[in-house]
Amino acid sequence: MVKVTVDGIVVDVAPGSSALQACEAAGKEIPRFCYHERLSVAGNCRMCLVEVSGGRKPVASCGFPIANGMQIFTDTEVVRRARRAVMEFLLINHPLDCPICDQGGECDLQDQAFGYGADHSRYRENKRAVTDKYLGPLVKTVMTRCIQCTRCIRFSTEVAGVQELGGVSRGENLEITNYVEKALTSELSGNLIDICPVGALTSQPYAFSARPWELKRTDSIDVCDAVGTNIVMQARGASVLRIVPRINDEVNEEWLADKGRFVVDGFRRRRLDRPWVRVEGKLQPASWADAFSLIATRLKGVPGARIGAIAGDMCDAESLMALKDLMGMLGSPNIDCRQDGARYDTSRRDFYTFNTGIAGIDEADALLIVGSIPRQEAPVLNARIRRRFVDAGRGKFSIAMIGAPNADPTYTADVLGEGPDTLAKLAAGELPFAEVLANAKNPMIIVGHGALTRPDGQAIAKACWDLAVQAGAIRPDWHGFNVLHTAASRMAGLDLGLVPGPQGRDVAGMLKGGVDVLWLMGADEFAVHDIGPDTFVIYQGHHGDAGAARADVILPGVLYAEKPGTYTNTEGRVQRAFRAVMPPGDAREDWRILRAFSEVAGRKLPYDTIEALRTRMAQAHPAYGQAEHARPGAADTTAPQAGSVTVAATPFHPVIADYYLTHAVCRASPTMETCSGIYVRPATEAAE
Amino acid sequence: MLQDKDRIFTNLYGQGDWTLAGARARGDWDGTAEILARGRDAIIGEMKASGLRGRGGAGFPTGVKWSFMPRKNDGRPHYLVINGDESEPGTCKDREILRHDPHKLVESALIASFAMGAHAAYIYIRGEFYNEAMHLQHAIDEAYEAGLIGRNACGSGWDFDFYIHRGAGAYICGEETALLESLEGKKGQPRMKPPFPAAMGLYGCPTTVNNVESIAVSATILRRGAAWFAGLGRPNNAGSKLMAISGHVNTPCVFEEELGVPMREIIEKHGGGVRGGWDNLLAVIPGGCSVPMLPRDVCESVLMDYDSLRAEGSGLGTGCMIVMDKSTDIIAAIARFSKFFKHESCGQCTPCREGTGWMMRIMERMVEGRAEIEEIDMLEQVTRQVEGHTICALGDAAAWPIQGLIRRFRPVMEERIHAYKAAHGGGRPVQVPTGLVEAAE
Amino acid sequence: MSTQPTAPTGAEPTHFAFDAESEQQIAVILAKYPPERKASGVLPLLYVVQKQMGRQTGSAWIPRIAMDVVAERLEMAPIRVYEVATFYLMFNTKPIGRYHLQVCTTTSCWLRGSDDVTAACKKATGIKAFGETSTDGLFTLTEVECLGACANAPILQVDDDYYEDLDGPRTLELIEALKRGERPTPGPTIDRLNSAPAGGRRVLVDETAAKPQGQG
Ligand SMILES: Cc1cc2nc3c(=O)[nH]c(=O)nc-3n(C[C@H](O)[C@H](O)[C@H](O)COP(=O)(O)O)c2cc1C
Ligand code: SF4
Ligand code: SF4
Ligand code: FES
Ligand code: FES
Repeated sequence: MVKVTVDGIVVDVAPGSSALQACEAAGKEIPRFCYHERLSVAGNCRMCLVEVSGGRKPVASCGFPIANGMQIFTDTEVVRRARRAVMEFLLINHPLDCPICDQGGECDLQDQAFGYGADHSRYRENKRAVTDKYLGPLVKTVMTRCIQCTRCIRFSTEVAGVQELGGVSRGENLEITNYVEKALTSELSGNLIDICPVGALTSQPYAFSARPWELKRTDSIDVCDAVGTNIVMQARGASVLRIVPRINDEVNEEWLADKGRFVVDGFRRRRLDRPWVRVEGKLQPASWADAFSLIATRLKGVPGARIGAIAGDMCDAESLMALKDLMGMLGSPNIDCRQDGARYDTSRRDFYTFNTGIAGIDEADALLIVGSIPRQEAPVLNARIRRRFVDAGRGKFSIAMIGAPNADPTYTADVLGEGPDTLAKLAAGELPFAEVLANAKNPMIIVGHGALTRPDGQAIAKACWDLAVQAGAIRPDWHGFNVLHTAASRMAGLDLGLVPGPQGRDVAGMLKGGVDVLWLMGADEFAVHDIGPDTFVIYQGHHGDAGAARADVILPGVLYAEKPGTYTNTEGRVQRAFRAVMPPGDAREDWRILRAFSEVAGRKLPYDTIEALRTRMAQAHPAYGQAEHARPGAADTTAPQAGSVTVAATPFHPVIADYYLTHAVCRASPTMETCSGIYVRPATEAAE
Repeated sequence: MLQDKDRIFTNLYGQGDWTLAGARARGDWDGTAEILARGRDAIIGEMKASGLRGRGGAGFPTGVKWSFMPRKNDGRPHYLVINGDESEPGTCKDREILRHDPHKLVESALIASFAMGAHAAYIYIRGEFYNEAMHLQHAIDEAYEAGLIGRNACGSGWDFDFYIHRGAGAYICGEETALLESLEGKKGQPRMKPPFPAAMGLYGCPTTVNNVESIAVSATILRRGAAWFAGLGRPNNAGSKLMAISGHVNTPCVFEEELGVPMREIIEKHGGGVRGGWDNLLAVIPGGCSVPMLPRDVCESVLMDYDSLRAEGSGLGTGCMIVMDKSTDIIAAIARFSKFFKHESCGQCTPCREGTGWMMRIMERMVEGRAEIEEIDMLEQVTRQVEGHTICALGDAAAWPIQGLIRRFRPVMEERIHAYKAAHGGGRPVQVPTGLVEAAE
Repeated sequence: MSTQPTAPTGAEPTHFAFDAESEQQIAVILAKYPPERKASGVLPLLYVVQKQMGRQTGSAWIPRIAMDVVAERLEMAPIRVYEVATFYLMFNTKPIGRYHLQVCTTTSCWLRGSDDVTAACKKATGIKAFGETSTDGLFTLTEVECLGACANAPILQVDDDYYEDLDGPRTLELIEALKRGERPTPGPTIDRLNSAPAGGRRVLVDETAAKPQGQG
């Protein structure tokens, strides 16, 4: 540790820290615009100037390295004058449009002007006007407000890994732009809105919706992928108006993927807000009682083996547990949370978990990605891989991929092959990357659903596991076998046993007349049209999508924003979301629907409160009773079961066809629809 | 005053043959291998003893700078980067080296690189010096062909490559870290220091940046000895230096002169005197536009060297002076510099990006007199708000000429304002349009 | 001034490829920099583009499509090339005339009559303001900052060449010569040896002094 003095206060700080960090350690607030702790230091705004002992001029604390015994002064006349000077310069060309600016109330410039701004302007010249830029459907620009801090350039270059934003021209004509008037091609572009300290980059869909002080904030979890990004839902009345990320260094740091952010305008569209029953082929509004009694009647006499349930990708653990228990009560072994047909050995949790952990990526020194495109399946996690790649430096974190030969992962990855046969070559040491794995201290292998959803998925998983063992990646202190999930509910589903029991049917088995009564809980992402014509379908969920269209009875459930819920991310981290808004109409929390129906069906579920249900979850899996998430090491190296299908050589296919339209909520979102039209369809059409 | 026998740049005007044959006849490339054979420490020691101070403006001792390069090689290559950006208004000396004495530079670059453990040197030449770069390239090609540089340069056992990199119209690339950025293929935006180039310069490797002249004189210094060079000039202001006179003199020119010679003598001798006689002198900007100007009474007696000019609140800068006679609209002359700095600001840091434009606009009004008297003080404050708050010294350079103007010619500015008011009807505040304008010019 | 913050439209060609001559130059250029530092070649390659455009179309400028080609060749993101191309003023991001007249108007030149040079340029070409191209497409007039030749002020740079010690009439003559397809010899337009004082050198007159100076 290095000792420095800040305004007389002695603090110990890590070597290599900046003066700004030392000031923070001493509890001194240093104003800043360009500095952002997750970006490289630019030192261009000059707001953070402080004096240091022995210096002739004030220095930019954000980029000034500390030295032992250094004295820093943050409250001298020189410093105060410097801050006032910088503030004045920033304001002379800044428009006076705060009343109509969407950043109002959360603008760093506005805040600092309070502390350091003069009460009147001495600037008598013409103010500069800058033409706005087109960056796509998500980020709105008002470039006259830009203070050229370059955070956005650094974010897109460093974090998002798409070099598309830059500063063209120079001097006072310096402008932030992509120069080509094309939409930014990043799944993380929404973070630009948060990163911009002023109102130059704001949310296009949210434009002029609300002022920040009108909003009620609720902590929640994003369920658009399996990363478990921590978010805040910001609502006014019954509507969530925007979603922003919440800092969690272990999971998402402070980023949020675009789908998780902009899906919000799908929340109130195409909602199932009352029960419906099909009468003579037509869906008719019904009461809860009528709907329940119709189901109960239909179930009468149907043996458990002819009843089935499929859970969707966005369900909370509570409703998964309740569904599992209900099926148990009904004597059915036919339950499945794997709409995509993925195959796992669920006998041990680390066979289906992202064991290294998201933060663990920072410690890895080699990575093999098998049948996955993390950039689309988990953009925030992909940014972590990229950061590790950049931080580690040339050759210190080698990445290879099997499959996805044309995807731009945002980092350099060797494509070793297109199908699982490459794994055998690696195991046999026939490829140079085998050596990389062997020499790595902490190698990681990520198996994605491009592999696991194939008939030979389990065999591929086993091959990956074996390779990890071979590379020394499965040890008590390091677990390098990772399953990257795409569905937010999958981990909880597997933990809580939403897989077919003995003689039970999986999703495919329940289709084509495999069961007589089929309970769909938020399940729309499977071959709905393959449900047998005589199967009675109950759809419990919040959006009118494929499942509801086929249903005989619709039970209106609620969205993740409208209920307290537990979600387990791909690394097995159990996280809680809270209710941000009330559900529309007659919709009810999902576990309560199941609980209420169980009573009608005469097979009452043994919990009346969510606490009791959560106790039940903890019994079902210990992870749900633990307060803290612990990153798993490997207890033993015994491999998962390979399943009955042997590995085929066919190439891997991507699991996501259209990032913006992966579930019912985004299909109801006009913004996601627009994005799909701009980003995905032209590319797909071009490829055809 | 400097005698011809002590001149380093003996083909300054291109009166002789600038190619290898001519250079050899003038003594270049004579015993280069022996100089290298003295070893790194001896060379750096000799350079320190010579008292040579950097000729690019800041005047940092060259030998000391060379000694900052790591002694041990940690696996990263070392680089010498020569600053031939020469874009400071008033300055036009390095151009003569490039086009008329290029072999002095090539030979010295070899020696300097060797002394700093560098096997490669780049010279960054301002893009406009196209023909000058062609001359230097020709000299480099000749040197390669003659085995003077390249593998086993001069038979010394040292491998040395020398490359030209042309700029493309950006004054800021004269700032050493902006130059490195530009050489790396980026915009010329200065870096924060520390780290300094000697630790992390070109491509993240130890690098020394020196002015063309600082390098080009070193072969001669090493050949003729530190004592010879140190014997010229004054203590702490050793040697001879390339200088130039532009503006209102009878014969503007470039020349080599000893440091410490009275400015007036220089103007009389080389410049052929001020147009209309010494009494017609208004002011001199002694070393490129970023140093504050001196009024005639100071010019009368001041010596042309680092310390004497600093004592007068100005600086030697590049040693290239701009002379202005009494016909000069001094406000307009300085306003033109304000326009220059506004135009050349890289734009990354707030005080310079915003301040240079502000200063320029006020200065434009000051030229007309379309301002309030109090605005002179405000202008002065704005220069103070820029000064010392920026990443690189361009901000300071933009502030100083205006400060010099206000310090020396405030009454002229006030008079201009009064005249404007008188011509435009009395004492009401002048109208300055405020509104929005498109940034694009 | 030629700063151009937004993407140019209109005259943009749809295709750009280096010709054989350019390829030859590129090979020489890229040999100067470490192979993993190709980006260093961006300024030189943009010059190559500009020269090739001049050769091929008579207008030495850099279309955006060519910036993309440079980016690809140097394995850079296109935006990084756009940044560079718009930062450095010698790169023309929109078409220019066959001759690029660049008048230095900075103080040293201004003190010695750059206003007359500018006026002469306008008169001879019919151009009204800096940044414009003459209607015949022959000339573009640009105001530039100090060209580093102040002792020979005022200067007019025509493409790569400096014409020095100008005044109004000599500027007119120069442009008339250009119109006739001539390229007068660059350098001082008065009787003067480069940057030596007019009327003859005052130093380096001692012939023996130009002899080699030995050690000591
Ligand atoms: C805005 C600015 C422009 C500069 N331009 C030049 C230049 O054109 N040539 C030069 O040699 N040094 C220039 N310098 C100084 C360099 O940063 C650096 O100090 C110099 O090249 C060091 O060389 P020396 O030690 O040999 O003088 C400039 C500095 C600043 C701040
Ligand atoms: S757009 Fe915002 S983030 Fe980007 S430079 Fe401007 S102020 Fe900074
Ligand atoms: S002072 Fe001016 S030129 Fe220097 S870094 Fe700042 S903006 Fe750029
Ligand atoms: S925060 Fe340090 S310069 Fe911007
Ligand atoms: S001012 Fe014109 S060349 Fe220097």
